[in-house]
Amino acid sequence: MPNLSTALKMDPWRLQSGEELNRLRAQIIAGRDPQRPEIIICHGTGCLANGSDKVAKAFRAALEGKGIQAKVMPGIKTTGCHGFCSRGPLVIIRPQGLFYQRVKPKDVEEIVDHTLVHGKAVERLLYKDPSSGDLIFNEGEIPFYKLQQRIVLHNIGKIDPTDITDTIAAGGYQALAKALTTMTPEQVVAEMEKSGLRGRGGAGFPTGRKWRSALQAIKKKGRPVYVVVNGDEGDPGAFMDRTIMEGDPHAVLEGLIIGAYALGAAQGYLYVRAEYPLAIRHLEIAMHQAREYGLLGENILNSGFSFDARINRGAGAFVCGESTALFTSIEGKPGNPRPKYVRSVEEGLWGRPTVLNNVETWANVPLIIERGADWYAGLGVPHSTGTKVFSLVGKVNNVGLVEVPMGVSMAHIVEQIGGGVPDGKPFKAVQTGGPSGGCIPYSLKDTPVDFDSLTAAGSMMGSGAMIVMDHTDCVVDVGRYFLRFLEEESCGKCLPCRLGLTRLREILDNFSQGVGSEKDIEDLTSLSQAIQDGALCALGSSAPNPVLTTIRYFREEYLAHVQEHKCPAGVCKDLITYGIDPERCTGCMNCARQCPAQCITGKKKTAHVIDTHKCLRCGICKETCKFDAVFIS
Amino acid sequence: MEPQGVQIDEIMERYPDKPEYLIFLLQDIQASYGYISAQAMQLACDRIGVPLTQGYSVATFYQSFRLDPSGEHEIRVCLGTACHLKGGQRLVEDLERRLNVEAGGTTEDLRFTLNTVNCVGACALAPVVVVDNEYQPNATSKKLEKYLKTIDALAGVEAKEGAHA
Amino acid sequence: MITFKIDGQQVKARPGWTVLETAREHGIEIPTLCFHPAVSASGACRLCMVELREGTWSKLVASCIYPVAEGLQVHTDTERVRNVRRWVLEMLLAACPASPEIAALAAKYDVVRTRFTSHDPDQTCMVCGLCARVCDEVVGLSAIAIVDRGVHKRVGAPFAKPTDICVACGSCVTVCPTGAMQAIFDSVRGEPTTALTQLAAQ
Repeated sequence: MPNLSTALKMDPWRLQSGEELNRLRAQIIAGRDPQRPEIIICHGTGCLANGSDKVAKAFRAALEGKGIQAKVMPGIKTTGCHGFCSRGPLVIIRPQGLFYQRVKPKDVEEIVDHTLVHGKAVERLLYKDPSSGDLIFNEGEIPFYKLQQRIVLHNIGKIDPTDITDTIAAGGYQALAKALTTMTPEQVVAEMEKSGLRGRGGAGFPTGRKWRSALQAIKKKGRPVYVVVNGDEGDPGAFMDRTIMEGDPHAVLEGLIIGAYALGAAQGYLYVRAEYPLAIRHLEIAMHQAREYGLLGENILNSGFSFDARINRGAGAFVCGESTALFTSIEGKPGNPRPKYVRSVEEGLWGRPTVLNNVETWANVPLIIERGADWYAGLGVPHSTGTKVFSLVGKVNNVGLVEVPMGVSMAHIVEQIGGGVPDGKPFKAVQTGGPSGGCIPYSLKDTPVDFDSLTAAGSMMGSGAMIVMDHTDCVVDVGRYFLRFLEEESCGKCLPCRLGLTRLREILDNFSQGVGSEKDIEDLTSLSQAIQDGALCALGSSAPNPVLTTIRYFREEYLAHVQEHKCPAGVCKDLITYGIDPERCTGCMNCARQCPAQCITGKKKTAHVIDTHKCLRCGICKETCKFDAVFIS
Repeated sequence: MEPQGVQIDEIMERYPDKPEYLIFLLQDIQASYGYISAQAMQLACDRIGVPLTQGYSVATFYQSFRLDPSGEHEIRVCLGTACHLKGGQRLVEDLERRLNVEAGGTTEDLRFTLNTVNCVGACALAPVVVVDNEYQPNATSKKLEKYLKTIDALAGVEAKEGAHA
Repeated sequence: MITFKIDGQQVKARPGWTVLETAREHGIEIPTLCFHPAVSASGACRLCMVELREGTWSKLVASCIYPVAEGLQVHTDTERVRNVRRWVLEMLLAACPASPEIAALAAKYDVVRTRFTSHDPDQTCMVCGLCARVCDEVVGLSAIAIVDRGVHKRVGAPFAKPTDICVACGSCVTVCPTGAMQAIFDSVRGEPTTALTQLAAQ
């Protein structure tokens, strides 16, 4: 990690006005040669885990010995997540914009030699369109990107998130300058109301209306008022907010400062999950640099407005994504949601008026202020304006981060952008909204993805996780998974949640063992209703959603477990047996060696047999077999 | 575990003496010592003026805090939805068998701590296992076995060197 | 005075009262377990849920923490209310099978059987937290607290060891609605460092 002073590539310049910001921006841009070659290496978590840091190291080493003239010496830039995670590590070569995928350190020499020295593409590293087989040279032409509308993610993958000058060159802080110098706080709030932006964290409450209510609460109770970023992205399968914080931390910060200006807040908080160390690091660097440039802290841009913020690292509690639990956590206590019927805009952090918005919501604010509410409201559909970032994961070809206008269909996202399910069959369901959401079946694939349509289908937008399930995924198993998740994560305070989730899960456990009846399905529904009505906070009251939607759309699958004692997807351990197809088995003995129960027998080069009585059904043999000879029945 | 170059008093000096810094202090203690001892917790609580019960409630509420020394290597198996669908739970069960320890526990020889984590946000690489902050993408039982053996082998060398010195 | 209706009956309340306080003032019965007038309400047991209605709109709220407002239409015995109550009591019967107090309360609302199996036949504590709240808010010691999270949540002293902070005043035993604290008490109490008389002098 570079320390803060070396991370800064320019001497800080304490900006005194919007004009100075523009002058600095012009100066940064003028100092750059647009024709200078540049190697952009994705350093999002996905690419890093696949070794993109080693790729960057290899580039640095390879360039050193090349004797390339200093004038044309390529720059190396590491950026946040490009979103096409299943193809990482990703490398882009400017100015041509060549897009290389799955780059390994051993490919680097060839890229330097072919592309940087001789100006030719390394074809084997290019993306090949799976339908036409054509090679694609540029990022923007790949269907995965072409079908998206990247507004919030616009800068991510282009800028170095640890260098504020890169952000400023890309137009960062223009909206802040505009708000501070040309708009009154009242006008900022009015603009937010007009934009129609709804909170990206889950429930979709209109952001402008929230800010307006806060202003009214301030009138009654006076200041201080606090602004807070909810960066406790806990929904499993969701990594939108992480990507924004890691890849464009200044966007979040700028949004927060604008919000603080609109509400007259002097202090803000960024509550970030402990599991996101890189996001925390990048936000820390961004805040440090923003302070040095006079964009955060005392007398911002010499406007007379002062505001500062600090980061609170989460300590591992999903429930802290709930607003009141998040506040108690910032106050240094266990994150139990508050048992109060008071809105947090009136009584939030330390009992003061507080505006809490999630990361993506804050990152939308500068866009709205800079380009205007009318422009923003023109995106998406009337009651769900703008775009939404989704993390598309599970049984889908193009796993990654996707930004689309609100209102496009589920099929468009999963099949067009996502490239469908790996085995080419239709998807079974898409789970949206995390543990509070539900499963949308294939039959509803034309459902427009917006707040109200997803709710009508029994699910919810949530923070934007989309988990694609195929025919090998069992709904009973998925229901058990989410309930177990929430049992672990429930704060345990109220009885419907603490006792009820376990009891729901136990009924599903029975189903997974083939034990249950129609009456149990009725009990599941009625107990779910009691939890929805009775739980203290949104974690509990939305917890039954995965169960209720799967009962609604996949009732036969539930019944198959208990009436036919079958798990149609082949997942529930007690209802399946493993076998080996003697036609396919080559007798390589790999599975027998790996089997923890040592229940696979057979001689070398003859078909093997599983002793089903001793079998643990751990599935290691199936995972190990290279000949697809292990089957489930 | 010995503190890694940081004395507890130095940690106590980092923040203002206000109750809201309880979690900050506990996080820093854990980062230096690997866990929070009863004495360290008492110091932190006294410093910022909250009862020990609050420190203990906080430390047991949040998943990242440990009250016992953890193993030399931490294995975290991701159980986010994508990892679950791609066999994360199977990896947990396999590691439990292999290491003879339940998830959340530490092996008797204090070599490994096995934990599960609810989504590390690296869903494109599912199933993911994080060993000592190093991501193992598309993990399989076999790959993990191999990786843990390399760690073991390294430890063997260290142990030998230690014995000679 | 604030005027509103509970089960069709007109009631009057002082500003700042809760629905539960008002109901009790007027002799309208609402069951509770985690509520005690001596300490702050925590809204944990959810037995006091009531339904608010306004036209076709309706919502369930915990009456122990819901502030009164002019014109509220509160219903204490609707189908949705009964459904929550029934399931909570049925789950409590399985969670605390050794508590006669819980059995009696459940029986009062016609819940005498539970579909759930009990994990601990000797359990009486349902972790409502009254004991910890009284120790903190009334006694001022915080010798015990609610520790851990979710299904593991329980009452205890730090590190599950007897604590010298406890002065054995017995307040926790007095407020405990299920008779559980008597057993927990002995595991909590250490050698007190503060005498009861000292505490009274403060």
